[in-house]
Amino acid sequence: MGVEFIYPEFEVVRNYDRCIACRVCERQCANEVHFYSEERGVMISDEAKCVDCQRCVSLCPTRALKIVKSDSTLRENANWQNDTIKEIYKQANSGGVLLSSMGNPKPLPVYWDKILINASQVTNPPIDPLREPMETQVFLGKKPSRIERGKDGKIKCELPPQIALSLPVMFSAMSYGSISYNAHASLARAATELGILYNTGEGGLHEDFYKYGKNTVVQVASGRFGVHEDYLNAGAAIEIKMGQGAKPGIGGHLPGAKIVGDVSRTRMIPERSDAISPAPHHDIYSIEDLRQLVFSLKEATQYKKPVIVKVAAVHNIAAIASGIARSGADVIAIDGFRGGTGAAPTRIRDNVGIPVELALAAVDKRLRDEGIRGNVSLVVGGSIRSAADVIKAVALGADACYVATAALLALGCHLCRTCQSGKCNWGIATQRPDLVKRLNPDIGSARLVNLMTAWRHEIMEIMGGMGINSIEALRGNRLMLRGVGLNEKELEILGISHAGE
Amino acid sequence: MRIPSGCAIAAVISRTGRRMTGGAIMEAMKPMHDRSNGLGGGFAGYGIYPDYKDFYAFHMFFDCRDTRKKCEAFLKESFEVVKGELIPTRKMPEITDEPIIWRYFVTPLRSVLADLQLDEKEFVARTVMKINVEMNGAYVFSSGKNMGTFKAVGFPEDVGVFYRLDEYEGYSWTAHGRYPTNTPGWWGGAHPFTLLDYSVVHNGEISSYDANRRYIEMFGYKCTLQTDTEVITYILDYLIRRQGLTLTEAASVIAAPFWSTIENTTNSYEKEKLRYLRTVFPSLLITGPFSIVLGFDGGLMALNDRLKLRSMVVGEKDDRVFIASEEAAIRVMEPDAEKIWAPSGGEPVIVTLKEGAF
Repeated sequence: MGVEFIYPEFEVVRNYDRCIACRVCERQCANEVHFYSEERGVMISDEAKCVDCQRCVSLCPTRALKIVKSDSTLRENANWQNDTIKEIYKQANSGGVLLSSMGNPKPLPVYWDKILINASQVTNPPIDPLREPMETQVFLGKKPSRIERGKDGKIKCELPPQIALSLPVMFSAMSYGSISYNAHASLARAATELGILYNTGEGGLHEDFYKYGKNTVVQVASGRFGVHEDYLNAGAAIEIKMGQGAKPGIGGHLPGAKIVGDVSRTRMIPERSDAISPAPHHDIYSIEDLRQLVFSLKEATQYKKPVIVKVAAVHNIAAIASGIARSGADVIAIDGFRGGTGAAPTRIRDNVGIPVELALAAVDKRLRDEGIRGNVSLVVGGSIRSAADVIKAVALGADACYVATAALLALGCHLCRTCQSGKCNWGIATQRPDLVKRLNPDIGSARLVNLMTAWRHEIMEIMGGMGINSIEALRGNRLMLRGVGLNEKELEILGISHAGE
Repeated sequence: MRIPSGCAIAAVISRTGRRMTGGAIMEAMKPMHDRSNGLGGGFAGYGIYPDYKDFYAFHMFFDCRDTRKKCEAFLKESFEVVKGELIPTRKMPEITDEPIIWRYFVTPLRSVLADLQLDEKEFVARTVMKINVEMNGAYVFSSGKNMGTFKAVGFPEDVGVFYRLDEYEGYSWTAHGRYPTNTPGWWGGAHPFTLLDYSVVHNGEISSYDANRRYIEMFGYKCTLQTDTEVITYILDYLIRRQGLTLTEAASVIAAPFWSTIENTTNSYEKEKLRYLRTVFPSLLITGPFSIVLGFDGGLMALNDRLKLRSMVVGEKDDRVFIASEEAAIRVMEPDAEKIWAPSGGEPVIVTLKEGAF
C-alpha cells in the first residue's frame, strides 16, 4: 500500500479563528474535500481530493480558507523533478495513459512575451482613439484576385461569403458536452452582443441556440457528432476540425458519463455511450480528400457559408497551410501547442506540436511567397491571453484570433486543469445539473462582453499609439514588432528585427 | 530598413496642355526651404520629351562605367534603344558626389513581348524591377513615356538648377523636398518615385508600410528603396494599371472612407462599391500621415490621408491648377492664384488635360 502513496499536491489551510463552520465549502466542493466533524464541532478536509479550483476560497464568507502548494517534497533533483516522479508512480499504479486538461503548462518559450510593439514619436503622430475614429472590424474569407466590371462599366460587387467581426477575436471551439449548457449560452449571447462569433465544437448545436446562428461557427469534426443539414445551415460559417493544438494527431473522447439528456440528443448518439472521435477524418486521407469535404459542405449550404479548416500547428505547417489554401477553404485556423482542451493525454499535450507564433509567421510568409495570401484568411489560437497577444498576432499576419481559455477564465474558470473529471465547481466543464446552475448565463455573458470590450479598448489604444487607425493596416505589419532575447533563427522565422535594430 | 521623413511637395498643371518651363516649380520650393533638410530633392515633368514621345525614357543612375556598359548590353537584348546620352547637368558646389546619370529612349522588341506573352507596360515594369533588384550599382529612377524625373541629394531648388530644368518644357510638374530623419545619402532615395508614367511625391510617413509592402510584393513588385513612398507608387500602379480601377476608386482604396461613412452613403451602387473595395483590398489601406501628388500621363491627382494629418492646399488660375504643402508655394508660382482651398482627408483632387489638349 505504501508504495502507491503520493503525497497530496495541495494543502487546505483553514484559519479556525475565522471559520464559523457554516459548511459553505462543503456544499460547494464537488470533489468532497470538506466535511463537518460532528464529534469535534469543526470543519475538516481531505486535501488529497483537492484540485485547487479555488471555489471554496472564493465563497468562504469569512475568508478562513486558502489553498497552498504542499511543501512536503521529494528530495530535489534537477533531472528527476517532482512531477516526473509522481507521474511514474501514477502510471505504475494504474497502467494507464495520463490525462490532463487545459493548455500545456510547461516552461516552454512563450514568443508573445519576447516580442515588443512599436509606437509613434515625432515623425509620425500617434492617434488618440478618444478623439479620432479607430476601426477594429475585420472580414474573414476569400478575396477575389481580379476586379470585374459589367457592360455598364460598373464594378461587379459580388464577394465570396465573408465573416464580419467587430474586432479580430472569436471564441474558439468548445463542445456542448465538454462544457455546460450555461457556458454555451454565455458564449453565444456574448458573441451576439459583441458582433463576433463563437464555435460549437464537435458537439452539435443545442436547439435553444439556433437563434444565435448569425454569430455561430458550426464545427464538423472526425466523429461528425450532431452534423445534419439544418445544423450546417444554422451558422455563419462551417469549421472542419482536422486537429487541435492540445492534442495534434489524435481524436477526442467524451466519456459516456457526460453523454446524458440533451447532450446525447444534440450529439445524435445514445445516452451513456462514449463519444470517440477518430484521429483522422476517415474520408480525408489526403489533401484532395479535404477539397472534396470542403465542397460537399459548400454544396450542402449553397455556397453561402465560408468554410474554415482548423489544423494543429505541427512541424510542416507552412506546406500544409499552402495545400489548404488551394483546397477551396476560405479560412485557415491554426491552433498552437499551448491551446486548451477538455481532456488530452498528458504526454501529447506537453510534447506534440509547435508554438503558434512560429507557425503563424511561417504560414503567412509561405502564402505570400506563393502569392495566395488573398485566397484565405488566417485565424490563430492556442493561448491568446490578452489584447497585446492579439495585436502581436495580427502584426505577424493573422486576420483574427481564437480565444477559449481567456473566455473560460472570464466565466469563472481558475485553471485547475481537471476538466476531464466532469466535476467543475464553477459550472463550466460539467454536466451535473447542480453544478451547471452555478454559472448564470446573464452574468457569464456580461463578463465575456466586459472582457472583450476591455480588449477592444486596449487594441485601439495600442493601434493609435502606432499611428494606425484601422486594424487592416496592422495585419502583417511586422515592422511594428521587435524581438527581445531571441536568436537569429527565431527572428528569421518570425520575420522581425531585434529591438535596437 | 525604412527611413521616416517629413517633406514639402508642390505641383502645377496646365489643363490646356500649355507647356511651362521647370523654372516656376523650382521657385515654388524656395519658400518651403525649411521643410527640407538638404538630403533629397526632385522633380517630375510631363510632356517634356515630345520628340521621343513614343519611347520609354529610362533615367538611370550608375555607379561606374562598367555597370553602365553591362546594363546597356542587358537592355539591348530586349529593347530597341533609339538614343542613349548623359543627362545634362550643371556643376555646382551645392550638389556633389553625383553618380553617372544617363537616359535612354527605348521600346521593347515585339518579338520579345510575343515570346513572353506580356503586354508592353508589364514587360517594361518587370524590366525596371529586375534592374533595380538584381543589377548592383544600376538604378532606373524614371521609366515613363514623354515624362521624366530628376532627383538628387540636395535642396530641391539646387537640384532643379543642377538638372537645368529651366531648359525643359512640360504641361505638368511635380516637386519634392525631403526631410529624412536618417539617410544613407543615396540619390535613389529622393522623390519622386516612379514606375512607368506614374510618379509620386509624398509628404508623410505611413504607419501601414509593412502591411502594404508585404501585400504588394506578392504581385512582383520589390521594394528596394528604403522608403515608404516607393510602396505607394507600386500600389497605385497595381490598382490603376493592373486592376483597372479609376483614380477615384484607387483613392478610395488607399485612403478608404471609414466604415461608418460607407454605411451612411446614400447612393446604393457607391455604397456597395466602397464596401466591396475595402473588403477586397484591406492590405492596401494606407494609414499615417500623407499628402501625395500622383503624376500620370495627362494629369495629376492630389490626395491626403483620411485624417488629413499633413497640410496640402490647392489653387487655380486660368488654365492652371496648383498644389502645394503651403499656400506660399502657390503664391510664388502665381501671385494671383484663386480658389485656394484645402481638400479634406481622403478626398482626391484629380486634374486632367482637356481632351486633345496635348
